[in-house]
Amino acid sequence: MIQIDGVSHRIGGAPILHDISTRLPQGKLTALIGPNGAGKSTLLRLVGRLEPLQAGRITVAGHDVATTPTDRLARVMAILGQQTAIASRLRLSELVAFGRWPHHKGRPGSVDRAKVTEALDAFALTPLAGRFLDEVSGGQAQRAHIAMAVAQDTDWLLLDEPLNNLDMAHARALMRRLRAMVDGGRSVGMVVHEINYAAAWADHVIAMKNGRVVAQGPAGSVLTEDLLSDLYDTPIQIGEHRGRPLVLHHC
Amino acid sequence: MDSGFAGAGLDPRPRLSRDAAMLGGMALLLAAVAALWMFQGLGQGNRSFLLGLRGAKLAALVTVAVAGGVSTILFQTVAANRVLTPSIMGFDALYVLLQSGLVVALGGAGFVGLPPAAKFTAEVAAMTALAALLFGTLLLKGARDLPKMILTGVILGVLFRSVSGFLGRVLDPNEFAVVQSVSFASFNRVDVTLLPWAVAATALAVAAAWRMSAILDVLALGRDPAVSLGLRHRAAVLAVLTLVAVLVSVSTALVGPVAFFGLILAGLAHGLMRTSRHALLLPAAGLSGAILLVGGQWLFERLLSQAATLSVVVEFAGGLFFLFLLLKGRIR
Repeated sequence: MIQIDGVSHRIGGAPILHDISTRLPQGKLTALIGPNGAGKSTLLRLVGRLEPLQAGRITVAGHDVATTPTDRLARVMAILGQQTAIASRLRLSELVAFGRWPHHKGRPGSVDRAKVTEALDAFALTPLAGRFLDEVSGGQAQRAHIAMAVAQDTDWLLLDEPLNNLDMAHARALMRRLRAMVDGGRSVGMVVHEINYAAAWADHVIAMKNGRVVAQGPAGSVLTEDLLSDLYDTPIQIGEHRGRPLVLHHC
Repeated sequence: MDSGFAGAGLDPRPRLSRDAAMLGGMALLLAAVAALWMFQGLGQGNRSFLLGLRGAKLAALVTVAVAGGVSTILFQTVAANRVLTPSIMGFDALYVLLQSGLVVALGGAGFVGLPPAAKFTAEVAAMTALAALLFGTLLLKGARDLPKMILTGVILGVLFRSVSGFLGRVLDPNEFAVVQSVSFASFNRVDVTLLPWAVAATALAVAAAWRMSAILDVLALGRDPAVSLGLRHRAAVLAVLTLVAVLVSVSTALVGPVAFFGLILAGLAHGLMRTSRHALLLPAAGLSGAILLVGGQWLFERLLSQAATLSVVVEFAGGLFFLFLLLKGRIR
């Protein structure tokens, strides 16, 4: 479980998060939803200790992120922030191989190589493994970054808008993959913009707006017409498809 | 020290052996150039005297080359940028300012009269402390964005140069001559008294950098991925900046500030190696630097009898070569 208690955060004087207390349940796929500027990414980055905590306390599977040595945390959770360009000239296989670094610290063994091969294969990157990052499309690079985080092989996987740049087929393949990981005992937390991916795949939803948590709970209880209409300040209808909510927001 | 590659989808071995063969070839070339430097036109006269003289200069050139190449690679890794060098950040300007300050404080005669080894050690220590303080403070203040830090460095570099320039103007001409001799690059006038210290400091710093090469590979990914992979990012950046400070001090103390040189070496290393692994990039930068400097100095000193100055040509050729690489798209 990821436990977040009384977390507030400011960036350059502007308040981003106000006294957030929530939790991401163990063994579930949790989606963070909300309009732009709600503080979803900031909260995820604080959990992943990419930003230093200013106030409050966060624990990941019992490890306090402020005090646990960072290399120990790297074996408990993997976090993928929104992608930025990497200055090194790397092949996709080399990038994915970095995911094993927390385990081998520069001396990869056969287990590490097997995990990398597996991750490349899982994200349909094997044919591209020898290409350089600047020789593939944005979506392919995004998949390589996700594969790196998956190769890290941690109990917790945190992803900030992983569906960016992915086409329909790869977006669905990613969600199916994450689902399978969760069913296998892992836990995933992700920021999602396309609400229907949350509706179709998430177990638990945390809805945020203006730096506060407005609603949280099982997907079915959070994704309601009233709540989403309020959350996004726009009228939203909800239908049903295969027993899960289907959010109709395009017209 | 295998951190970068994985045996996934393709066998990494051919690439590795190609890069290793390239390094071996460079080492052989360096040996050949060094032999040429030592034994060409030795004559029948006082051989041991001449060999001693040439040996000392060879050691100095190699030291400067290795320090320049390794420090630039290190710095570019921390800055996640292929166009910046320590001199752009004002590292060598700080060293020159330190020298000018000493001349003003002690007078030209007092400055020249200082015991060279003690002076050098103190200067390297002061440089390292200043660099760590300066950039450490910037980091701890939460200015985690390196662009901001680099802009600060550029401005500080200009400040250091201006203050040195100002000190130069208020000095009397004799004392200014002392300052001038340390503020311009020259591969002809190598300060041999410092040599053992310089070699030792460089060897230590380069060994430390080599040991860090797996960490450097992770650092090169950028801050977020490095933190996510469990690297103590801030400590690693500070450690690397310290090594850069030591190496720049050594190189500047021996031959003076050389702006473009490190840039060529980093460009060469990245262009010649088919990998981003620092375990291979660092030796490539050092070796190409040593070949370039020893070969170039041999050419200018022996064949062209000082008709041109190596430092000027290095900067000129470096600029052209860099543009070439840039246009070919090898450097981003």
